[in-house]
This record gives sequence, structure tokens and C-alpha cells, in this order.
Amino acid sequence: MLSSLIKKELLLEFRQKSTIGGVVVYVVGTIFVSALCFKGKLDKPTWNALFWVISLFTSVTISGKSFLKETGGQALYNYLYYAPRHFILAKTLYNMLFMLGLSLITFFFYGFFIKNEVENMGLFLLVLTLASTGLAGVLSLMSAIASKASGNFAIMSILSFPVLMPLILVIIRLSKQAVDGIEWAGVGFDLIAILAALNVLTITLSFLLFPYLWRD
Amino acid sequence: MKHWYKITSVLLILYTLVWGLLNTVPRLDILNETIRNVYYHVPIWFAMLFMMTVSVIQSILTLNKSEITNDTKAYNAALVGFFFSIPGLLTGSVWAKYTWGTWWTFQDPKLNGVAISILIYLAYFILRFSIDDEIKRARISAVYNVFAFVMMNVFIMILPRLTDSLHPGNGGNPAFSKYDLDSDMRMVFYPAVIGWILFSYWLFDIKNRISTIKNKLND
Repeated sequence: MLSSLIKKELLLEFRQKSTIGGVVVYVVGTIFVSALCFKGKLDKPTWNALFWVISLFTSVTISGKSFLKETGGQALYNYLYYAPRHFILAKTLYNMLFMLGLSLITFFFYGFFIKNEVENMGLFLLVLTLASTGLAGVLSLMSAIASKASGNFAIMSILSFPVLMPLILVIIRLSKQAVDGIEWAGVGFDLIAILAALNVLTITLSFLLFPYLWRD
Repeated sequence: MKHWYKITSVLLILYTLVWGLLNTVPRLDILNETIRNVYYHVPIWFAMLFMMTVSVIQSILTLNKSEITNDTKAYNAALVGFFFSIPGLLTGSVWAKYTWGTWWTFQDPKLNGVAISILIYLAYFILRFSIDDEIKRARISAVYNVFAFVMMNVFIMILPRLTDSLHPGNGGNPAFSKYDLDSDMRMVFYPAVIGWILFSYWLFDIKNRISTIKNKLND
């Protein structure tokens, strides 16, 4: 059930090539504008902050659409054929995959157009992975909520930013360590544990709360 | 008698307002006389946290029983809590000016936590305004309320690991219990906490009664 749902999402995404293309152009455009604004003169903390601000805004914008197409007949079909908890799990897992790919693309172009300041690449990739999954976890539920509230274009960001704060602060702190090239022995493993725990927590909460959003 | 808690809250608050200025406090560097703000600033935040908890409990009840009345209560509790954040911020800001030398700082996790919880409340209100259907609004805003409350508590718990707080009891600052041990201060501080919490509950009760009357008038 779960795998078929994820497969459906993937199929839909690749059938509509405009979405994927749009996402890449969006990311590249944002990075290019930042590169022109900063003209390559970034110190490490700014490099780090700018990268995560760009990632945050892209992920909020991209995830906002995740539930938007599930309206009308499509919603009724889903309602009849899937269990709500399977549905949110599939959505979240799919969004995690998508967000991971997106962060890698963002990182690639960010390194390409601005520069690559990361010294401890292993740690940075670990943070990137956990950050993408965490962001996707929170944003999937927020997107489900936002899709029910009509007529407010900014509702997705209004709802998401405050609840993403704990995640973002931990991510920035950890990623700063990766950028500074701290050896593995000195890395804040409690922060990595917190990040992983936040991932689990958001998935559990979505799993528990989503069935209440489901009915219309 | 159902008015007992209202009378108690007024008496306690009056007592702490007056006696808080008159009693003796320990002489501490930097804090000096501003330590008296403990009687006003801290209990107001406790009242706000109490109201947020009430709001979340009502939201959980909404999800469980899907009744509109619980949702109205959750909204009213959030409103009262939001209302308390204003005097909480003002008293804190004045205190910060005289002890840390600034009205606001981004270095302190408690201040950041407050800023986030105010943003969460505002998001909750905006979410409510953008859904017209009553039953739908009840369910969806309840889901957001529960999710946001958990995330906010996580935030409050993990933040001190990230930055040292300027607040007492964190990052090498003298612990709150050190002043608290002063029995003179305790005689004012605990009544103040109880007084403000009862007062917040009173406001909550009034808001609920207004909502009930409005509902009856609409029907």
C-alpha cells in the first residue's frame, strides 16, 4: 500500500515535467541572484546562514504544493481508497526523498555559483540529509493544513516558520561545525541526536494528527 | 460559592503589588532593587503558559469529541494567553534595560522562545480567520495548535543547549532558587503566581461566557 502510494507520487511528479523543471529553475535563480548580490564576498557564518535561508524558503515554497492537488475528485478518491495514516506516511516519505534531492541540487549550484566553504564534507552531508527529512516531515503536515485554509496565499509560510524554528537553529549550529571543519571527535553529537529525534517526533505527530484533517 | 477564586485572585494580586514593593529583598549586584520584578514578570509568564496549556487541552478535546464548544474555549484560552504576553514582554523589557542594558537581545533563548510562541499564536489566529466553515475550522486549528504546542516545548527544551541564557539559573548565572530560598521573597512570589493564574482563568471564563451569549444571539 505504502510503496504503491509513493510510486504514484513519483509517477505524477515525473509526468508533470514542468514542476521538476520549475523547481530547479527556482533554486538556480535564487542562488544566482544571491551570488550577484554578494559578489562572492562571504565569510563562513554568512555562507552558512545564506545557504540555509535559501533552503528554507525553497522547501516551504515547494512543499506548499504537496497537498494542493489533492482536492475535489482526487481527494474523494484518496479518501475512499487509502487509510489516512498510510497516506500521510507516503506523502512524508516521498517529500523527504524529494527534499533530499532538492537540497543536493541546491548545494551543488550554491557551491558552483558562490563557493564551497565546507571543510568536513561527511558531517555536512549528514546534516543535509537529516535537515531535508526534518523539513519535509514538518512541511508535509503544514501543507495538509494549509490546503484546507483557502484564500490566503501566505498561510503556508505563516504556519511553517514558527514551528520550523527549533529545527533550523539546530541545523545551522551543526552545519556551522561542518563548515568550520571541526574534526569528528569534536562534533556535537547531542545536536545530531536532537535532530534525529526531531525527525521522529514530527513523523509521529503527523501520523497521530493527520486522520483528523482527513475528513471534510 | 463559585466566585471564591475571583476574590482570591484579586486579593492575592493586590497583596503582591503592595507588599512586593515594601518587603525586604536581598542586595544583589546588577539586580539591586529590580529583583522585585520577579513578583510581576515571572507570574505573568506562568499565567500565559497556563493558558496555553488550557488551550491545548481544549484542542485535544475538540479532536476527541469534535464539539465546537471546546474549540471556542481553545481559542479563548489562546486569546487570553496572547493578551498576557504583552505585559510579560513589557515588564521583561524594562527589566532587561536596567540589568542587561538592552531592551531586547537575540542571545537569550527565553526571549527567542517567547518571540516564537507569539508568532505561533498569530499563525493560529490567522489560520482560524481563513477558514469559514465552523466544524472544519475547529478540527484544523486544533491540529495546528497541538502540533505547534509540542514544537514550542521542544524549542524551549533544546534552546538552552544551543545558547547560554542571560536568565537566572542558566549559563552560570545565579540560579533562581537562590533568591527563592529567601523566605521573604517566597512569601510574595508564590501568592503572585497563584493570583495571576487564577486571574487568567477568570478572564478565560468571561471570554467563554461572552462567546456563549454571542452564539445564542446568532441562533
